[in-house]
Amino acid sequence: MKVTLRIQRYNPERDSEPYYQEFIVEAGDEKERILDLLLQVKWKFDGTLTFRRSCAHGICGSDGMRINGKNRLACSSLLRDVNFKKPIVIEPLPSIPIIKDLVVDMSDFYKKYEAVKPYLVNNSPPPEHERYQSNEDAEKLFESAKCILCGCCTTSCPSSWSDENYIGPAALLKAYRFVFDTRDEAADERLDVVDTPDGAWRCHTIFNCVEACPKEINITWHISKLKKRLAEREM
Amino acid sequence: MIKHQYDVVIVGAGGAGLRAALEIPEGFSCAVLSKVFPTRSHTGAAQGGIGASLGNEEEDSWEWHMFDTVKGSDYLGDQDAIEIMAKDAVRAIIELEHMGMPFSRTPEGKIAQRKFGGHTRPEDPNDPDSKRIAVKRSCYSADRTGHVMLHTLYENCIKQKVHFFSEFFVTDLVMSGKSCAGVVAMDIATNEIHVFHAKAVMLATGGYGRVFRITSNAHVGTGDGFSFVYNNGLPLQDMEFVQFHPTGLWKLGILISEAARGEGGILLNNKGERFMERYAPTVKDLAPRDMVSRAIITEIREGRGFKGSDGTSYVQLDVSHLPKEVLNDKLPEITGFARTYLGVEPTKEPIPVQPTAHYAMGGIPTTVDAEVTRDKKGTKVTGLYAAGEAACVSVHGSNRLGTNSLLDLIVFGRRGGKAIAKFIKDAEFPPLPEDAADRTIARIDTLMNSKGKEKVGALRTELQEKMMEKVGVFRNEKDLTEMTAEIKSLRERYKEVSIDDKGKIFNTDLMEALELGNLIDTAEPIIHGALVRQESRGAHSREDFPNRDDKKWLKHTLIYKTDGKPKIDLKPVSITRFQPKERKY
Repeated sequence: MKVTLRIQRYNPERDSEPYYQEFIVEAGDEKERILDLLLQVKWKFDGTLTFRRSCAHGICGSDGMRINGKNRLACSSLLRDVNFKKPIVIEPLPSIPIIKDLVVDMSDFYKKYEAVKPYLVNNSPPPEHERYQSNEDAEKLFESAKCILCGCCTTSCPSSWSDENYIGPAALLKAYRFVFDTRDEAADERLDVVDTPDGAWRCHTIFNCVEACPKEINITWHISKLKKRLAEREM
Repeated sequence: MIKHQYDVVIVGAGGAGLRAALEIPEGFSCAVLSKVFPTRSHTGAAQGGIGASLGNEEEDSWEWHMFDTVKGSDYLGDQDAIEIMAKDAVRAIIELEHMGMPFSRTPEGKIAQRKFGGHTRPEDPNDPDSKRIAVKRSCYSADRTGHVMLHTLYENCIKQKVHFFSEFFVTDLVMSGKSCAGVVAMDIATNEIHVFHAKAVMLATGGYGRVFRITSNAHVGTGDGFSFVYNNGLPLQDMEFVQFHPTGLWKLGILISEAARGEGGILLNNKGERFMERYAPTVKDLAPRDMVSRAIITEIREGRGFKGSDGTSYVQLDVSHLPKEVLNDKLPEITGFARTYLGVEPTKEPIPVQPTAHYAMGGIPTTVDAEVTRDKKGTKVTGLYAAGEAACVSVHGSNRLGTNSLLDLIVFGRRGGKAIAKFIKDAEFPPLPEDAADRTIARIDTLMNSKGKEKVGALRTELQEKMMEKVGVFRNEKDLTEMTAEIKSLRERYKEVSIDDKGKIFNTDLMEALELGNLIDTAEPIIHGALVRQESRGAHSREDFPNRDDKKWLKHTLIYKTDGKPKIDLKPVSITRFQPKERKY
């Protein structure tokens, strides 16, 4: 069957502003990945079409983009997940600078991720064996550790759109990942980073991030746990 | 052209590259170059676990792990190296845990372990000769072990302020006489050429799965490191050994971890038979990957497979009888893949699977300290190191056991890092040749200006389909001979490739064209290695030579690029504790 992709294009060497271009591609069935249709465009029709991709099954986080108005991974979105009776609109992740076509500049996103000290801090001498942790405590981290840093959440968040200094849901989720790790000793330092107007308190529980997350992480729930921890710290 | 000088340059930011970077001491400069942002590396796709004889769930020992690895390798693995890996495994896992890696846990709070293909223990622990049964040796974090390991290593690199050059695509080594003096790279964002002058270079560039049509590997798995070495007159080792993972998701090749069988999943043919009982009576579905892949293809060839709508055939992986908690808590990703990509509900129906190109057992020959060697005597190439899938130590021989790849990354990544740290203390920078970047500049100029009629996408698909057809699970002289001619012709046609994108910003069209060159460079030694090895061993299965031939072929192949037919040399295998025996499970 034939499917039309309406893709936002922008090449800074050539274009003064983004525009849309339509391509008609051939899809085997409704289970075709959007990524494979983009690759078909690139390999058959127009080699200049530019996007990031790698694993093609939702674990590397390279191909976050906006598909029919929703932030998704092109590799874990199938035709049947979108309305393909009309042209499928494919745009770069919103609110961050475009480098070319669907490739965006993630440097600010990574900077905010690094700001929460995204690594285990434990200065006590380690035991000879592993640090024991109950399965219950370990599983508290699993949801947050699923994050693939694709940027779908942060770039879907209205608070991020209106406040460029807002640290954003991905970084807050990462802060949770370590604050609630029973093996970690730097919770306070991390809480200091997010206990600011541009930190956790900027989250207004709009839930866009939850809807956008391709790994189905309930990010807002994790942020609310962080806020609760911050409030308890105040007391 | 922009020039840099670093004591150490590491190419690749997957498990091996990141683990090595953590060993470079303060006071020395180290750059890690990666063509993708580090957490996008393919290590993150590993699912089922990492092997170590922690003994957290039942009695285990490093000797048993070593024996299983030697036997799994069909005795081609170097036993000195395997001993190092099996012994170091426990320390390496504990270290990952201390670094913050989140693991699934036992009721006592220890790292949880599960069964995996080819990992066994004697049924009676006091009698080493008793029947071997499956053992819980794979340390895991649900079915996202590689993902959390990659993130943990990257996090520790941030903590240690490692300097990354993300989205830098390395195109060549810089050789200064017989030493390595750095690398040439292209900044993807700008097309600018950078020359990195270094005392030590480590290639941690991963595998080549994209040489084949059906693969579990990421699009980035284009064999770059193999190509650099091969084109600089250095050998590649045991390239004929390509692991086909038995359970790739039908049509797509996406990995469905062996953990599914480790947790109790079984394979079924179109008669509803659990066919692995016939091929491996004791460990059944948990036989090593080469055997299970051959069994699946045999079932299909003998008419007991299922015919797919795409013309290819598959068998079924059934996990529907497993408790829901096991599927949800221990195998959430792979059950999700079946639902997302095939619309199959694994709690109720079996998953269609077929073998998928998964892992390179061969690669850049190294010592046990990741030092690259140039000949059968093991002469070292000063300043050049390799680790991870790109390297061939060889701990996997002719067939790798599941869970040993993540282990290989952290054991030999660390050893390589330590060897580099020692080397750079006294080493001087080798002279940087004036023409270091010339070959890269010429290649890029040719591609940017070419008006040839060949296109990257079509040529790559042709390569991948032919490799799948003629150099797959089963091989024979006729197919391989045909393929040697094919690869020659593909190489010629590659000269006629032209690209659409002539721009200087994020030119992935150019990058894919360069990667296609690497794929062709990598396919050549795979084909020639497979043709010359007239025996069946591990993952290399010759229909015309169905038996293992230890007299002639208990040897590593080394393969060198020449202007004509590649040159083949043989290198001895290290045999210490375990004499070769018939391999039965």
